[in-house]
Amino acid sequence: MSRFAARDLECIRDDRTLFSGLHFDLGAGQALVLEGRNGSGKTSLLRILCGIRLPEAGKVLWDGEDIFKLGAEYHQHIAYLGHKDGNKLDLTPGENLRMAKGLGKARDDLDLETALDQVGLYGFEDVPTRNLSAGQQRRLAIARLLITDAILWILDEPFTSLDRQGIAVVEKLFDQHLAKGGMAALTTHHRINLQVTQALRINLSA
Amino acid sequence: MSQRSLTSAFVLLLRRDLTLAYRRRAELMNPLLFFVLVSSLFPLGIGSNPKLIAAVGPGVIWVAALLAAMLSLDSMFRSDFEDGSLEQFMLSSHPVSILVLAKVFAHWLVTGLPLILVAPLLGVLLALPTEALGVLMLTLVLGTPVLSLIGSVGVALTVGLRRGGVILSLLVLPLYVPVLIFAADAVHTAAQGIPTTAQISFLAGLLALALALAPLATASSLRVSLS
Repeated sequence: MSRFAARDLECIRDDRTLFSGLHFDLGAGQALVLEGRNGSGKTSLLRILCGIRLPEAGKVLWDGEDIFKLGAEYHQHIAYLGHKDGNKLDLTPGENLRMAKGLGKARDDLDLETALDQVGLYGFEDVPTRNLSAGQQRRLAIARLLITDAILWILDEPFTSLDRQGIAVVEKLFDQHLAKGGMAALTTHHRINLQVTQALRINLSA
Repeated sequence: MSQRSLTSAFVLLLRRDLTLAYRRRAELMNPLLFFVLVSSLFPLGIGSNPKLIAAVGPGVIWVAALLAAMLSLDSMFRSDFEDGSLEQFMLSSHPVSILVLAKVFAHWLVTGLPLILVAPLLGVLLALPTEALGVLMLTLVLGTPVLSLIGSVGVALTVGLRRGGVILSLLVLPLYVPVLIFAADAVHTAAQGIPTTAQISFLAGLLALALALAPLATASSLRVSLS
C-alpha cells in the first residue's frame, strides 16, 4: 500500500510565509482536508503536492521517495482537479475524457459512458462542452478522476458550482474511492460528509 | 509506461489539436492570409521591373513566412494555459517533451504546411525561375518546422505573462535569423542555377538540432511558467 507524506514544507509567496514546517502522513483510505482563510495557501499547498510548484523548503514523499525525483512515475498515481476545470470547451465531453484517459494510466474496467453516467452526464457525450452549464462542466472534470487508475486525488474546491445532488454524488464517489484504498487531499468550504474514514484536517490559518 | 501507450497519447493529442483547429478554422486563416497578402503586395509596391522583383523575391517570401509563423505562435499554448489543460499535460504519466512534440507538430500542420503549399504560386508571382521553386518549397519544408520548434520554447516561457507578445518576438527573432539567412540564400542561389547542397544541409542540420533539443527546453519552460 502506498503512503503519502510531507516533511517540513514551507511556502513563501510575495515575501509572505504562507506556511512552514508543515508535516503530515497519509495512508490508504485516508483523506487530507485543508482548511483556512482565503489566501492562506491552500491552493499553493495542493500545487506543491502535485509537483507543479516547488516548495521553498521541505519534501513531499510518495512511498518514501521525493516526488520531484519520481516525476512522471509519481504522476501516474495522482489525479488533479484545480480551480480551472481543464476541459476543452470546443470538444465534446467524450473527446475530453478520451484525451484525459490517454494522458494517464487508463483504467480498463470502466468505459467513458459509465464514467459520465456516474457523474450524471449520461447522454451528454456528444454535446459541445461549451453548451454545458458550469456545474455540468465541473462534473465532467470530476469524471476525469474516475477514468484513470490514480490512487491519490488532489482536489481544489471540487464542489464549486455543483448543486446539492451533485455534491452528494461526488461525496459518494469519494467514499467509494477511499473505501478501495485510495487517498485524497482537498480543500473545500463545504462541510464534507465522508462516511468511511476519519479525515485528517490541517488548518493553514491557525 | 509502455511504448504503445506513449504512441497512442501522441496520436490522441495530435488528433485533439487538429480537431480543435478545425473547429476554430477562421483563426487559422490569419497567418496564411498575412503570408499571401505581404508576398503579393510587394511586387505592386516596387514597380514592374522583373529583374528587381526576382532579386528580392526569395527574401520577401521568406520574411513573410517567418513573420506569419511568428504571428501564429501565441495560439500554441495560450488556450491550454487558460483553461487548465496545460496543468493536466504536466501531470501526465508520459514525458512532457513528447506531448510538446505532438502539440508543435499539430501546430505546424495547421500553420506551416499551408504556407508551403501556396509558396510556389507566390514564387511565380515574384518572378522566380521554375528551377528555384522546388528549392523554395524544400527550404520551407525544412525551415518552417524549425520556426515552430524554436517558437515553442519562446511561447512556453511567455505563456504565463499577460502581455508576452513583445518579449516573445525579442526572444525568438534572433534565433530565427540563421534559418532566414540560409533559406533565402538557398533560393537565390538556385535561381542562378548554382547547386544549393550546402545551404540545404545546414537547414536540415538546424532541423535535427531543433527537433532534438526544443521539446526538452519547451517542457522545462512550461514547468517554470506554471509554477
